Amino acid sequence: MPPAASPLVELKNVSLAYGEGRDATLALGDATMSIAQGEFVAVVGPSGCGKSTLMKLVTGLIAPTSGEVRVRDARVTGPIRGVGMAFQNSTLMPWRTTRDNVMLPLEVVEPHKRRLRTDRAFYFDKAQKLLASVGLGEFGDKYPWQLSGGMQQRANVCRALIHEPQILMLDEPFGALDAFTREELWGILQQLWLERRFTAVLVTHDLREAVFLADTVYVMSRRPGRIVKIRTVDLPRPRRLETTFTPAFVDIVHELRERIQLEHA
Amino acid sequence: MTARQERLARLLMPWLTLGVLLLAWELACILFDVPEIIAPRPSRVFEVAVQRWDLLLRFCLETLWTTLIGFALAIGFGLLLGLAIGASPFVYAGLYPLLIAFNAIPKVAIVPILMIWVGIGALPAVITAFVISFVPIVVNVATGLATIEPEMRDLLRSLGASNWEILTKVGIPRAMPYLFASLKVAATLAFVGSVLSETVGGNRGIGFLMLSASARNDSATTFAGLFAIAIMGVGVYAVCALIERRMTRWAFRGELVR
Ligand SMILES: Nc1ncnc2c1ncn2[C@@H]1O[C@H](COP(=O)(O)OP(=O)(O)O)[C@@H](O)[C@H]1O
Ligand SMILES: [Mg+2]
Repeated sequence: MPPAASPLVELKNVSLAYGEGRDATLALGDATMSIAQGEFVAVVGPSGCGKSTLMKLVTGLIAPTSGEVRVRDARVTGPIRGVGMAFQNSTLMPWRTTRDNVMLPLEVVEPHKRRLRTDRAFYFDKAQKLLASVGLGEFGDKYPWQLSGGMQQRANVCRALIHEPQILMLDEPFGALDAFTREELWGILQQLWLERRFTAVLVTHDLREAVFLADTVYVMSRRPGRIVKIRTVDLPRPRRLETTFTPAFVDIVHELRERIQLEHA
Repeated sequence: MTARQERLARLLMPWLTLGVLLLAWELACILFDVPEIIAPRPSRVFEVAVQRWDLLLRFCLETLWTTLIGFALAIGFGLLLGLAIGASPFVYAGLYPLLIAFNAIPKVAIVPILMIWVGIGALPAVITAFVISFVPIVVNVATGLATIEPEMRDLLRSLGASNWEILTKVGIPRAMPYLFASLKVAATLAFVGSVLSETVGGNRGIGFLMLSASARNDSATTFAGLFAIAIMGVGVYAVCALIERRMTRWAFRGELVR
């Protein structure tokens, strides 16, 4: 990682409680993180430990109960600019074709929103190229429900990237897929990242996925989630499927697994 | 059975059931020697309908127009109110209980009031058709809007979308299947409303025709009116169902469309 002057995203002792008074549940307790520009970060932890909450805090969708979230050296008070998000159950809209789904951010995010009407052909082409790069070139006119789960998730990632966001947030994007499809998508995602070098935050409960993709893996404790371990992964890129069988890779996965097992003890 | 035969059979089923029912009715009338004034034989009703078709058609068209105007108003108003209630918790809290209370009022009770206000004629029928059919539209549209997946909303918010953009890009398309589903119910209710108003008091429409026919002990004509309403109801229902399939193909995942 090239040492950046100041991190792109910073969390300082951030905690978050849902609800108020006696009903309040502490979802995230005292998280401190710092993510550099262009870094690929993975967050792993048991389900319900506040990973999705962490995503929403970073993107400004919810405000922390205490602590501070800073992005580009400014305190986050509302939804931040320049993010792309993808969730586990692909939130593709069933009434739009796959291509129209992918082009949705262009209808909302400036400066594309302004240019979309006049440069329709350009953007159409852009969406088509992006779809082709994940192997969906011929499926632009199909509706999401006509695609397989893996194809839907690829389209989902395309939609998160079409407006060239600086920050890509992925919340268990491949969780519902079979192992083969999932591993194929790791490769595709890594390729996109190597080409574009956006900053990526990936939430997952698959340790191999985290180690395969990330520069840094954060391990969270059970609810209320705290960050209990930070592990850098300095395996060379591009990582391949064979990489996952090398001792170096397996060792890191084991190390993370042992830490997580403590949470279930 | 092949797929083709099965489809054909399914198409014929309602006609078959109708035929059997009418036949049973006819036979019962003959067998038990039912006087025509109590229940005319279907063949007699049919005969009268053919004889007086021009009269029936004229009154039917009057009813059809008032119903459709009331129904159209209900769609417009119901859609707007449904969107407002579904989009804003404040509007919901303020209006929903009132809406339920209003819906509980038997509409037959408001027709006399309407007549005091607007006199007789087409207007009270239009208004009754409207008030009886807009509630299911409001409730359905509001439900469609209120049940948007939170992730979809979060996604748009993370892109910096305004509330208006969230409404137009997710809310309204999402509410469409709910709207169209409610139209089928609301269309038949609209007929109930207009005929109700025509029967309680009025000088036009199929309800009035039935009322005056029954006053003359002409039950064959009364029953012919009944059938005419049923036929119009089914017709409008079918049109709504057709539009629904066309407009919200995605909601059926393409399955119903051939
Ligand atoms: N909107 C909400 N209201 C109340 N509690 C919530 C809400 N969202 C999440 N929680 C609770 O906060 C905790 C963390 O949730 P989440 O961040 O979704 O966990 P994860 O993504 O790690 O599975 C869970 O215990 C969950 O029940
Ligand atoms: Mg989650």
